Amino acid sequence: MGDILAKYNIWAGFLVTIELAVLSALGALIIGTMVAICRVSPVRVLQLIGTSYVNIVRNTPLTVLMVMSILGVSFILGLSWSNDAKTNAFIWAVIVLSIYHAAFICEALRSGVNTIPAGQAEAARSIGLTFQQSLTEVLLPQAFRGSIAPLGSTMIALVKNTTVAAVIGVPEAANLMATIIENETGSLVVFGLFAIGFVILTLPLGIWFTHLSQRLAVKR
Amino acid sequence: MSLKLKIGAALAAATLALSMSACAGGSSTNLQALKIGIKFDQPGLGLKEGDKYTGLDVDVATYIAGKLGTTPEKITWIQAPSAQRETLISSGQVDLVVATYSITDARKEKVSFAGPYFIAGQDLLVRADDKSITSVDSLANKKLCSVTGSTSAQKIKDKVPNVNLQEFGTYSECVAALAAGTIDALTTDNTILAGYAAQPQYKGKLKLIGQPFSTENYGVGLMKGNTDLCNKVTDAIKSLISDGSWQKAVDANLGPADFKPGPGNPPTPAACS
Amino acid sequence: MSAQAVLFDAPGPRARQRHRILTIVGSVIIAAVIGLVLWQLGVKGQLDPAKWAPFLTPSAWVNYLIPGLIGTAIAAVLSVILAGILGLLLGVGRLSHNRLSRTICGVLVEFFRAVPVLIMMIFLFNALQLLRWFRNDINPLLAVVVALTLYNGAVIAELVRSGVYSLPKGQSEAGLSIGLTSGQTLRSIQLPQALVAMLPALIGQLVVVVKDSALGYTITYLELLTWSKTLGSAFANTVPAYLVAATLFILINWSLTRLASAVQLRLKRGGRTAAPVTNTLPNIVQGHAEPGDVTTEDATAK
Repeated sequence: MGDILAKYNIWAGFLVTIELAVLSALGALIIGTMVAICRVSPVRVLQLIGTSYVNIVRNTPLTVLMVMSILGVSFILGLSWSNDAKTNAFIWAVIVLSIYHAAFICEALRSGVNTIPAGQAEAARSIGLTFQQSLTEVLLPQAFRGSIAPLGSTMIALVKNTTVAAVIGVPEAANLMATIIENETGSLVVFGLFAIGFVILTLPLGIWFTHLSQRLAVKR
Repeated sequence: MSLKLKIGAALAAATLALSMSACAGGSSTNLQALKIGIKFDQPGLGLKEGDKYTGLDVDVATYIAGKLGTTPEKITWIQAPSAQRETLISSGQVDLVVATYSITDARKEKVSFAGPYFIAGQDLLVRADDKSITSVDSLANKKLCSVTGSTSAQKIKDKVPNVNLQEFGTYSECVAALAAGTIDALTTDNTILAGYAAQPQYKGKLKLIGQPFSTENYGVGLMKGNTDLCNKVTDAIKSLISDGSWQKAVDANLGPADFKPGPGNPPTPAACS
Repeated sequence: MSAQAVLFDAPGPRARQRHRILTIVGSVIIAAVIGLVLWQLGVKGQLDPAKWAPFLTPSAWVNYLIPGLIGTAIAAVLSVILAGILGLLLGVGRLSHNRLSRTICGVLVEFFRAVPVLIMMIFLFNALQLLRWFRNDINPLLAVVVALTLYNGAVIAELVRSGVYSLPKGQSEAGLSIGLTSGQTLRSIQLPQALVAMLPALIGQLVVVVKDSALGYTITYLELLTWSKTLGSAFANTVPAYLVAATLFILINWSLTRLASAVQLRLKRGGRTAAPVTNTLPNIVQGHAEPGDVTTEDATAK
């Protein structure tokens, strides 16, 4: 195992995984919030856009989206972020991961909104708060705190789903593992190494999110 | 135990038993009903078109099987993706592999080869109206494409350091991108390139540079140490070349791309080891 | 409905006008985006009838797409059944009073939930090819099924655990008070109810399994995505082939999700269990689960 560690830069692979995860998480949060706003808005067309987006993206395998992104969108439709193939693949991976997980974040935020009893809005109105005040002071804080648990599980899933970027050649952890296994013998040790790596990435995240959601839970 | 657990255990046991019974056992070669591994997704070489199979490898394999005693209807065609070729042979699931299978020393440790039956070389495929790429040295600032993890990708990275290489899962994706104008060249064996250029949908739109920069000896893979079968296949290859069928197969499958086999063709099959 | 009632007032005249403007703006943007995509596809020749015509012929379906669907179905069904069994065993193990079995099952569950499915598939496929225990053509299937089973078994184990926890305490107390041991209480009183309550979430897990079976593409398992790749080579229509595969996946998964919601509705009205019937994953599983579990279509939502 020592020579495998010496020959291949495993840390570099995990670094790309972390970069993918962080950038995609940001993108997914931004897009997901916008889609959530669409879905809860009273405008029919926006609701339709939001619902179709979530239904289409959630029911498509991430593998299919990845493969189609770089081939269909990048190469056939001509959108290219960089002339360097590796950078292009990385950026497309971030975009696809963001789009995919945005659908789940939208649902997580909506479930947070659903945890608020209807009486809260009525009570806020009845003490004279304007629409904007009741939103920012009463409703959104509760919605956010109610959605931390599903948001956490989406984030963890995102970290694990960065491995799918291997199908478009991004040099992250799964890609590296496939290369090592192909060139050296596929040993349990190599698998164990990468598995431990992912356990280190996801387990603390899970514990932190559970702790956070319990601490921030609204006491009803 | 509850009924559900009983059913579950029985199901699990059945699945395990089924797979165990399909253990890697050597099935003896039935020369009247050969199982041959080919590619299903390489036009011009090994392609599944509906329920028919076409391509140079298919024609070569049909001829060899005929000489061994299997009529074309009795051949079982099995898909042999590059990553599975050695295990398909060593597990006895196929008798022969004719799937753009290059003879290399590393592979000779796991399987035996008969042939070569064709000498290919790595080349470049570009758009027909692209005059800027004339050889492998004029690839600066060009976008190249190949298949993830293939030997072609590895070779081009060795030959042209810092090459701007996009890797896809399959060559047809590269070809689609090439035709759409978003990559500039595709690199792999010239036979595979010619197969794509010869497809009716791409006729006249793509051209090969015609300057191969490597040598790939295509061989017929078979079970390691099976010298008897190897000799029979080698004889079949020799007669394939000598009675003109080789030239006919090459012209029929790769001719529409104006493909001329490179130096060394038709090859002389090596003796079996 | 609840979201609207909570967040927004009934719209007055000015709000209604604002909504009308937003509706028009939204429709225009959507039409523009779709139009742009179609136009670009057309320019690059991807809308040629020649590329799409093959899908109207039976040959494309019989020879490529249907074998692909069968491949996906086999992997999904096998994985779900085995994952159900494994999940049951691990879940019961985690609930047992025996400290050792609780710890071991706990470690296994957390481990298999933390490791990405693709990593497990790649390792298993290469290991099986090296070990040569089985015939080569089942190696990819085996790798896909085992990886999916291990991962989804762990998720289902947590589902079972949370299902049992969501039962009213009275159920287990009643069982103990009539003289059953805790193990017997678990098996004859709590598990059946928990399983019924978790049924919609289990069906939702099938959606996850179908989606993850597409990862078999990377280890040459012959499922829908791999076969559509071959179709694309044969007819030189790679992009339409992938689009058709994506559409098929969406249809299958969407129907499964609707099935899960329908089952949930029936169970809610049926009263066959004391546990709350839901297809959202409860918090105990959401420590770290994965997308596909966070469904919020409950009976009252639109």
